[in-house]
Amino acid sequence: MSTIFLLLILLLGFLITFQIAKASEYVGVLKGEKKNFEQNNRINGFLMIAFLVLGLIGVYWCNELYRGKILGESASKHGEEIDTMLYITIAITGVVFVITQVLLFWFAYKYQYSEKRKAYYFPHDNRLEIIWTVVPAIALTVLVGFGLFYWFRITGEAPKDAMQIEVTGKQFGWIFRYPGKDNTFGKKYYKNIDDAKGNTLGLIWDDPYAHDDIVGSEFYIIKDQPVKLIINSRDVVHDVGLVHFRQKMDAVPGTPTTMWFIPKYTTDEMKKKLGNPDFEYELSCDQMCGKGHYTMRAIVKVVTKEEFILWRAKQKSAYAQMFPDKDPSAQPKIDTLPKNPSTAGVQ
Amino acid sequence: MSNEATLHGHADVATSHGADVHHDEHGHHHKETFITKYVFSQDHKMIAKQFLITGMVWAILGGLMSVLFRLQLGYPDAHFPILEDLLGSKWAKGGQIQPEFYYALVTMHGTVLVFFVLTGGLSGTFANFLIPLQLGARDMASPFLNMLSYWFFWLASVIMLSSLFIETGPASGGWTSYPPLSALGDASEGSKTGMDMWIISMALFVVSSLLGGLNYISTILNLRTKGMSMTRMPLTIWALLFTAILGVLSFPVLLSGFILLLFDRHGGTSFYLSDIFIASTNQALPNEGGSAILYQHLFWFLGHPEVYIIILPAMGLVSEVMSVNARKPIFGYMAMVGSMFAIAILAFLVWAHHMFVTGLNPFLGSVFVLLTLLIAVPSAIKVFNWLTTLWKGNIRFTPAMLFAIGFVSMFISGGLTGIFLGNSTLDIQLHDTMFVIAHFHIVMGVSGILGMFAGIYHWFPKMYGRYLNNTMAYIHFWVTFIGAYLIFWPMHYEGLAGMPRRYLDTSGWLSFNQFGGLNRFISTVAMVVFAVQLLFVFNFFYSIFKGRKVITQNPWGATTLEWTAPIRPGHGNWPGEIPEVHRWAYDYAKDGREFIPQTEPLGSNESAH
Repeated sequence: MSTIFLLLILLLGFLITFQIAKASEYVGVLKGEKKNFEQNNRINGFLMIAFLVLGLIGVYWCNELYRGKILGESASKHGEEIDTMLYITIAITGVVFVITQVLLFWFAYKYQYSEKRKAYYFPHDNRLEIIWTVVPAIALTVLVGFGLFYWFRITGEAPKDAMQIEVTGKQFGWIFRYPGKDNTFGKKYYKNIDDAKGNTLGLIWDDPYAHDDIVGSEFYIIKDQPVKLIINSRDVVHDVGLVHFRQKMDAVPGTPTTMWFIPKYTTDEMKKKLGNPDFEYELSCDQMCGKGHYTMRAIVKVVTKEEFILWRAKQKSAYAQMFPDKDPSAQPKIDTLPKNPSTAGVQ
Repeated sequence: MSNEATLHGHADVATSHGADVHHDEHGHHHKETFITKYVFSQDHKMIAKQFLITGMVWAILGGLMSVLFRLQLGYPDAHFPILEDLLGSKWAKGGQIQPEFYYALVTMHGTVLVFFVLTGGLSGTFANFLIPLQLGARDMASPFLNMLSYWFFWLASVIMLSSLFIETGPASGGWTSYPPLSALGDASEGSKTGMDMWIISMALFVVSSLLGGLNYISTILNLRTKGMSMTRMPLTIWALLFTAILGVLSFPVLLSGFILLLFDRHGGTSFYLSDIFIASTNQALPNEGGSAILYQHLFWFLGHPEVYIIILPAMGLVSEVMSVNARKPIFGYMAMVGSMFAIAILAFLVWAHHMFVTGLNPFLGSVFVLLTLLIAVPSAIKVFNWLTTLWKGNIRFTPAMLFAIGFVSMFISGGLTGIFLGNSTLDIQLHDTMFVIAHFHIVMGVSGILGMFAGIYHWFPKMYGRYLNNTMAYIHFWVTFIGAYLIFWPMHYEGLAGMPRRYLDTSGWLSFNQFGGLNRFISTVAMVVFAVQLLFVFNFFYSIFKGRKVITQNPWGATTLEWTAPIRPGHGNWPGEIPEVHRWAYDYAKDGREFIPQTEPLGSNESAH
């Protein structure tokens, strides 16, 4: 009922606007075309400058309103660099934004039609063209320079001591795999995947490296220790988005990708810092993956080294859950196997 | 030069003779029937109107879709029983938009607005209408192919529209339709029949756009009237030429991407598919060795030029409208042409900036950063040239001029945020967030549509021999312009906070749920802006029949050739000889005269520009 009422009001508004528009056209004809045009021109000229002033105030007001509510302090070292880059870009583009918008609306207002004014025939000027080719080119060189400097630092090789965790996206959730005590991921093959039997990643049980791999939905990382994520997808393209760490990387089926970063604060520290006892780091899916896309959430726990060791000790490997009688924790000899971080990918 | 002269001579003879015969035929023998005049017309002006009106229908539908999903975003917990009544319980159970439907809406909104409105509707309308009229040609190089171009567009439209009504719903994998999601019916309802229809419709659209584009290019190169050298062409024509070249070179790549997708869907091939396990059927697919990223390369090889296919015609229209209404030559004509050329070249070299976080080699990424940010240079040149065009002008705020100024403002705002996103370092944080939505809506969507409105308001009198109502036009402009800023400016903040795009409900998230109030505000403004577009549509159709009549041949005091044709030109455009051109298109305020038409010979002691 209220919808119909709303539509009626809308229709009425239309009719009124139309009548006024029609009437003003007739009045215009009566007043004389020239006078009518001059009046409209003055009104629109005034609106131009009014828009500029109110618009700039609005921009300022918006910035004040959201100051401190948008980007909390970055929780990773890479994030600090991204934030610096952001502020450099905001500064440069902000200046250009204000100058060009002011000129645009100021010129529109100032040079509005007047009977006394003659437009100035000014078809080209090579000096001016050179100025506004060279100046933007220099500004952009600065931005490209900073951008690439940070880009290569962020996307460069992960440090050798980085903890490796495999993240696999699926419709609609995340599976995390830790290499276990041997620090090496076991081999897997997607055709072995069997959700019902609990082999959610298709691990190959014949591979002894797979025996201590921990597979689950919990995601723990250690403060101040570099972490390298090896990102996979089981079905469609997903994306690992870690907003607090300013990280993002697609999860592509068949093509593993990586990212690495260094968490700065534990979850508990962040809770205290923000004064928010409910705070959690979140992992979001940032690539359209189907109807549950917006629910594809995981919680990231950043903990101290001690807490991490405690947590890991409590985890049972996927193999042990599958074959409780052959629990690999009873066979400590795997500890002595050489490290081989390159077996992380798919077969 | 002599070569060009021969070409001209040739073309003139051919067209004028051809048209004369034509006219006789029309006069004496078979009169145009309703079908040949309004339906299967080969007159470029009628085809332009067909593109325009089809584009408008799509714009209303696409806009309505955005109102629906903004309703969900602004009021995720509210129930609108009327939606269930209208759409059924599958899509709007309990009056709430269901996720599948939400994604179908955003997918269709994107596809429709990008391709059918801002490519078909914009280029189709103004390339068809202006190229022959501003160049002094009787019609397009091939009127028949031109007619086919519209009817392929129409067919594409019908198929896309029908896909809205099938049981499993239309495509819902986003307007980019990335596989494997778009390749696997088991992964999403929308990837069933809806996706096939989407691909077929888009393939037909590509055909339409190629037929049109080849025609535009050959007309511009071959059918210019005597004296109309390339450097005397209005900037609209230059813009449309570059647009057509971009389209002809990049649309086929998109088509190849779609065909491979079709093979993967139905032929059992593995171009894009590898290592996939489908949970809903508990099955591992046999496909191995394909690359989902390959599709993204093929898609964005068109996808990026596509945004210039949208913005270049708008730039051309705006340049023309701005010069006419500032009563001043466009500043830096050659720089304008040069910067459009630079944009057209760079358009092909930047596509992977959409793919910085796909696992692309970081070094390759850095090359694309450099090339992407380079585009800001020609864009800056254009902006400063427009500003200088306004400087010391004598500006008439016709509705078209208002939209042109609005275009420049939007283009600046959206262009600057492009510098954020083109920088791979910042893209890590901003990729696929609301910041991207804000950026491309402002720089491509809103700018494109403002440019299109500038064109419609400016050339409506030439199209229909009547004026649009000014009061409604002013309301339309100010509400649209202010509204667009109110809608899209705040989205930047959401994006900086990392809020992902394509989330229909953020209440389950601690990091993104602080924007409820802002989302309601945006949705409300979006509805108001949509309502005002209906006012424009009403003004448009009302004025076709009842608008104030145009009584002078050249109502805006413009120099270009279309205003030398009769108020309502027939097929063939000029009843007598085609006018000859003696000067460039921008002799405004020269030698103390308000404007000098292109057809006027240079005075004895007058210098060419």
